[in-house]
Amino acid sequence: MGDVKPDIKIDKKINIKGLVCPYTFVKAKLAVEDMEVGETLEILLDYEEASRSIPKSMEDHGQKVLKVEKINDTDWIILIKKEKE
Amino acid sequence: MEFTEDQLQRYSRHIILPEVGGKGQKKILNAKVFIVGAGGLGCPVGYYLAAAGIGTIGIIDNDTIELSNLQRQIAHNTERLGMLKIESAKKTFESLNPDVKVIGTKERISKDNIKDLIKDYDIVVDGSDNFPTRYLVNDACVMMKKPLVSGAILKFEGQVTTILPGEGHCYRCLFEEMPPAGLVPSCQEAGVLGAITGVVGALQATEVLKLILGKGEPLKNTLLIYDALRVNFRRVKVPKNPDCPVCGAHPTITELQDYDAGYCRI
Ligand SMILES: [Zn+2]
Repeated sequence: MGDVKPDIKIDKKINIKGLVCPYTFVKAKLAVEDMEVGETLEILLDYEEASRSIPKSMEDHGQKVLKVEKINDTDWIILIKKEKE
Repeated sequence: MEFTEDQLQRYSRHIILPEVGGKGQKKILNAKVFIVGAGGLGCPVGYYLAAAGIGTIGIIDNDTIELSNLQRQIAHNTERLGMLKIESAKKTFESLNPDVKVIGTKERISKDNIKDLIKDYDIVVDGSDNFPTRYLVNDACVMMKKPLVSGAILKFEGQVTTILPGEGHCYRCLFEEMPPAGLVPSCQEAGVLGAITGVVGALQATEVLKLILGKGEPLKNTLLIYDALRVNFRRVKVPKNPDCPVCGAHPTITELQDYDAGYCRI
């Protein structure tokens, strides 16, 4: 379990540790809205359920999930590529 | 404009909808909607629009609250008997959502004030209880090219239609002239099941929000008729009438007129 692959360029990072649903997705969605198509968002979170629901919701909204990784006992990192306005 | 933490929570169920999102919620917060009447329909329309976060709600009504209103006019309450309906509506809507500014006008709507009243608003909602007002609001909205969401209720039946001047039908394409006063049910005949106003008002509020968001199909060229007893929603096609006296190619009604009362107010 290590760092994000060096070949993925991160354009924006948000830390939503401490938040629960639906605010985890609200924050992630607003961050994606503010980005350009093609850019990548890194989300740091510690709410287990959101590590599954955010990728699913992002895909439902037409965005691409590049990675979901548990980085330690409590935290996950999700990478989302914006594909759609 | 950035959302406050309170706004993120308040509007979270909107923001997570793909059709709304942060951008759509900001459109709602910046929107201005004018409601004709703070009665049976104006109450639920204004209530849901306030909850949704419509930035500015204008509302006109000349009446005070009576006990007989409270069977359906849910923005008002027993403690406020005798209070102006616009004042009560303002209290109710602004305390539901402090993001909303309610501008009440204590007047009867007429050909002399309607254009000034609606000119700064994006969308007009007709929640009036009588035919003269319905025709006046229709004609003014057509002349000023304001989208209009019109609703009506009687007994166990409701109607909703969305008028987009220049794009679709108007109320006069549907019913060119007002029915003669004698054909309109008298006050004693014209009861209404209170909950119907909630159904129709919520449909109107939904149409307003769709127009603001630019999502879905508005009730354009369509009259939606709700029959509560049979639990039936019927869509009736209403083509734009090329000879319509107000929105047709050669309109004969080019100035607003007030129609005599003598109609029962429901
Ligand atoms: Zn017409």
